Amino acid sequence: MNKLSRGLIWLAIAIVGASAIGGIALHRGESINAMWFVVAAVCTYLIGYRFYSAWIMAKVLMPDATRATPAERFNNGRDYIPTNRWVVFGHHFAAIAGPGPLIGPTLAAQFGYLPGTLWILVGAVIGGCVQDMVIMFLSTRRNGKSLGKMARDELGPVGGFAALIGTLTIIIILIAVLGLVIVNAMKHSPWATSTVFATIPIAILIGIYMRNIRPGRVLEASLIGVALLIFSVVGGGWIDHHPILRTWFDFDDKGIAWFVIIYGFAAAILPVWLLLAPRDYLSTFMKLGTIFLLAIAILFLQPEIKMPAITQFIDGTGPVFAGKLFPFVFITIACGAISGFHSLVSSGTTPKLISNEKDIRMIGYGSMALESLVGIMAIISACVLDPGVYFAINSPAGIVGKEAADAVALISSWGFPVTVEQMEILAKEMGESTLFARTGGAPSLAVGMATIFSTAFGQGMLAVWYHFAIMFEAVFILTTLDAGTRVARFMLQDLLGHIYKPLGETSSWTSSLFASVLIVAAWGYFLIMGVLDPNGGVYILWPLFGISNQMLAGIALTVATGILIKSGKLKYAWVTGLPLTWLAICTTTAAYEKIFSANPKIGFFAGANDMAMKLANGVLPPEKAAIAPKLIFNQQLDGWIAAFFMIVLWIIIVDMLRISFRHLNGLSVPPLSEAPHEKTRLAYQ
Amino acid sequence: MDDKLQKLWDVVRSLSGDDSYERYVQHQEQNHSNEPILERKAFFVMNLENKWGGIARCC
Repeated sequence: MNKLSRGLIWLAIAIVGASAIGGIALHRGESINAMWFVVAAVCTYLIGYRFYSAWIMAKVLMPDATRATPAERFNNGRDYIPTNRWVVFGHHFAAIAGPGPLIGPTLAAQFGYLPGTLWILVGAVIGGCVQDMVIMFLSTRRNGKSLGKMARDELGPVGGFAALIGTLTIIIILIAVLGLVIVNAMKHSPWATSTVFATIPIAILIGIYMRNIRPGRVLEASLIGVALLIFSVVGGGWIDHHPILRTWFDFDDKGIAWFVIIYGFAAAILPVWLLLAPRDYLSTFMKLGTIFLLAIAILFLQPEIKMPAITQFIDGTGPVFAGKLFPFVFITIACGAISGFHSLVSSGTTPKLISNEKDIRMIGYGSMALESLVGIMAIISACVLDPGVYFAINSPAGIVGKEAADAVALISSWGFPVTVEQMEILAKEMGESTLFARTGGAPSLAVGMATIFSTAFGQGMLAVWYHFAIMFEAVFILTTLDAGTRVARFMLQDLLGHIYKPLGETSSWTSSLFASVLIVAAWGYFLIMGVLDPNGGVYILWPLFGISNQMLAGIALTVATGILIKSGKLKYAWVTGLPLTWLAICTTTAAYEKIFSANPKIGFFAGANDMAMKLANGVLPPEKAAIAPKLIFNQQLDGWIAAFFMIVLWIIIVDMLRISFRHLNGLSVPPLSEAPHEKTRLAYQ
Repeated sequence: MDDKLQKLWDVVRSLSGDDSYERYVQHQEQNHSNEPILERKAFFVMNLENKWGGIARCC
């Protein structure tokens, strides 16, 4: 193809993409077709990939195809292995695509479809994809070092420590909030509970199969496991219809929360081959399969979006989470737009597989663009629901009232009509007793997915599809929970080892047990508090998680910006400096509001004071008064944590500015820690 | 056609880690022929411990 026709094709992609975005943004009517979103997204990613990522590579990072990567130099046939770029792409995508891009966009739909969609597209192309790619490149140049180590080497011990502590806290908040999401999906749902319970023996069975019966035969074991999982969804339906059996799996939210805590502890100390690894194989297959199926269904069905472009809740009065459009849409949607957690996989893990620096563009930028597309599909799935139904599922009882009649009356008064009968019929179709106040995003996403799937692949299976979607979300939430607890345990042991050496022995049982108890207790505390909270916990915890995730992204972008300046690329430092500035503004504003806002719904301390006042004046009902002291303490603690995140972020930013200033003025700074050039002996494929 | 299917199958095996033992054996024979080669089961467990010692999954 000659240059002209290629140019014309890219021009056409740009025009189609721009028209689709314009169409979404300017459309004001009853409903809009989901295809507009898919077209806008795909064109945006293509343009971003073709032009922006290529420009960054050519001008800023300048990969060297003749340079041997860590995978080649340290090739040990185990973790350092030069690998085909499509295979690395698959590994990296499977690692970064977790439940986050499904939950955040679903919650952000309370502002309408437009703000979330625009932020997912812009945030990914300018921020998230760039972060993942740049960090991956810098880590590959540094023997596959982790973000924390890079921060320490390039900025100094302060930055390194901030990165380590920041990572540890984000994992704890993340696990607690993900735990809450599945608690809300499983409470008083024998079908969901029995299906999710069944995934545990299935995973163990597959673990034993892969280790003892047919060692290392991952594919056949996973296929057997996936078949069993699908069977467990159908079996769950049978249990749900059995008058006695169903009572065995009918737990309230506290019961499920304790189950999650015990499970997390067991998964952290059991050998990985028994539970964690086989569960991960199954969840990865389920995840890729379901995302693929959802994409096909959306393309095939082209559902109508019923949510308005913008709702009145941009003023901060929304029931799903508190806070105005700015900054909270940028906090709520982290994964899907820019997620700091990715920098942990992009450094340390993936670079050990990269066989040539030229592959980093596709693996780093490309995987994130694909994850962002998953976020767009999540927002589509949330917005195909009737807005009234969406709000009925996602509003906590503490906001809209415990009684169904009160909830629908309030939601309808906002201009999103919904009736008790409508919700009862829907719950019945989905095989649930109720769908009210199932906060956390997973249930409403499951309703959306079930609606799309059943229309595309055969009506009448709504309940099965709904529980399939719940099971699919639960398996990989539990995988993140297992893996996160384990990693946090290692990090804590590393930290404790500096204080008292025996505590750092990862092979010692007592030390492992001790660190695991501490980690599980930490996230278990937030989980239980979230369950006690009449606002459903997600209302408070998700913004805190968003702040922590964006703080981590801030740390990663700070390290990257510092390295760019130190390598004499000041004039290109805006590539990471611009998203950093935006994140610093959003995260600081959000944390400031969470700490200082006088509105008890937004400010943690204001919320604590408000409740303390009500408690002192005796206006709380007795069951609320009993838990009020705990909730007051918890809100104060959350306020301090938000402050802590802010301080950590600004310490590392100031440290980077100090180092950059010294470098630009010719003063001594920690030297660049790039590994020396060594010529590759691998042929570039 | 068969060639392409074979290639696709190779990618699937490689993505899932189904062929990691074969690759390990090949690597050991080529580079460390004097060292003992782990058995399938021992290699599988070691590989998993290795993978899950670091951050392998995101949110």
